[in-house]
Amino acid sequence: MLAWMAWTWETALFFCLIGLALVVLTSLAVFRPETPRNGILGFPTMRGDRFFVSMLGAAYIFIAWMWFGGGSLWYPLAIAATFGVAMFAFA
Amino acid sequence: MDKPLNNRAWLLVAPVLLFVLFSALLPMMTVVNYSVQDQMGENHFFWNGDAWFRDLLNPATEVGARFAGALVRNLAFSVTALLIEVPLGIAVALCLPRKGWTVGATLVVIALPMLIPWNVVGTIWQIFARQDIGLFGAALTGLGLHYNDTQDPVSAWCTIVIIDVWHWTPLVVLLSYAGLRAIPDAFYQAARIDGAGRWAVFINIELPKLHKVLVIAILLRFMQTFMIYTEPFVVTGGGPGNATTFLSIDLVKIALGQVDLGNAASMSLIYNLITITLSWIFFTIMTQLDRRREE
Repeated sequence: MLAWMAWTWETALFFCLIGLALVVLTSLAVFRPETPRNGILGFPTMRGDRFFVSMLGAAYIFIAWMWFGGGSLWYPLAIAATFGVAMFAFA
Repeated sequence: MDKPLNNRAWLLVAPVLLFVLFSALLPMMTVVNYSVQDQMGENHFFWNGDAWFRDLLNPATEVGARFAGALVRNLAFSVTALLIEVPLGIAVALCLPRKGWTVGATLVVIALPMLIPWNVVGTIWQIFARQDIGLFGAALTGLGLHYNDTQDPVSAWCTIVIIDVWHWTPLVVLLSYAGLRAIPDAFYQAARIDGAGRWAVFINIELPKLHKVLVIAILLRFMQTFMIYTEPFVVTGGGPGNATTFLSIDLVKIALGQVDLGNAASMSLIYNLITITLSWIFFTIMTQLDRRREE
């Protein structure tokens, strides 16, 4: 039934992680409510905003890496992870 | 004021989520799957890693050059359309009558272009712009101007911009008009007492009050011009050469014309990423403006 979608285990894992992150963020919002925080982005952010900015930033980090012809994708992954941690800590 | 909070209300959103799952999320996931694989024959897929993305992001490759060209053209088109439509829309809104029977009549006439479907607009202009029987094309040719929207890139480009201005300036007009009507009379009275001129009233009262509707207008117009497809498809077919080949035109050529699923998938993902980023920036600006106004 899903043959037309041409799944690979890599992309399936990717979407599972995204889905898991959304589930975790939703349960955190329900069981550990938070107030917005004003950080380095200059406007108040919640966990969801910080997650979104991390994901968006990660995409651009990968694009920039490939644009400049960088090698293995593990390096931009490390940069993106650092960026994500920084966003959750300071944004 | 304490509002009752009941999270069960979210269940009412479930049908929409189901609809979005089939109309957007599953196709989107499929595109992601296509973007990392190569296809041979019928539904035989091979892992291709990041190769499609690297091709796309390298202007030295054929598809990379096409993508970079279409992206630049599309951004230039969006900026041009916005630079014309937003000031023109505000100007027209300022000239509209504010009371009497003419209000309804004018608004209906102004809203008419928006009611016409894109492909009909395209067909209208395809004939309108012809040099032999089209009023627009024949008039320009009669004036001695070199105008040919199928062979001359400048003509083709101008035609597409004029079509978009004709079709969508009314949206800016209606939004601005609504924004202008919402300004209380007291502001104008105060300005009159202070002896403010017309220009001062516009800069200090009307423009700041229009701020919010203009952000919405710019967001809507930017998104629509960034995704423009039907008008160039019908009127110029993306030509002459590739002068009016915007992102969606090129995407359809790659995906449906050449059936290069990998190239098309990686291109749509990056196209989508740009759209999401811009929407998010506009959305953040809008919500922050609201918040600051409330404070």
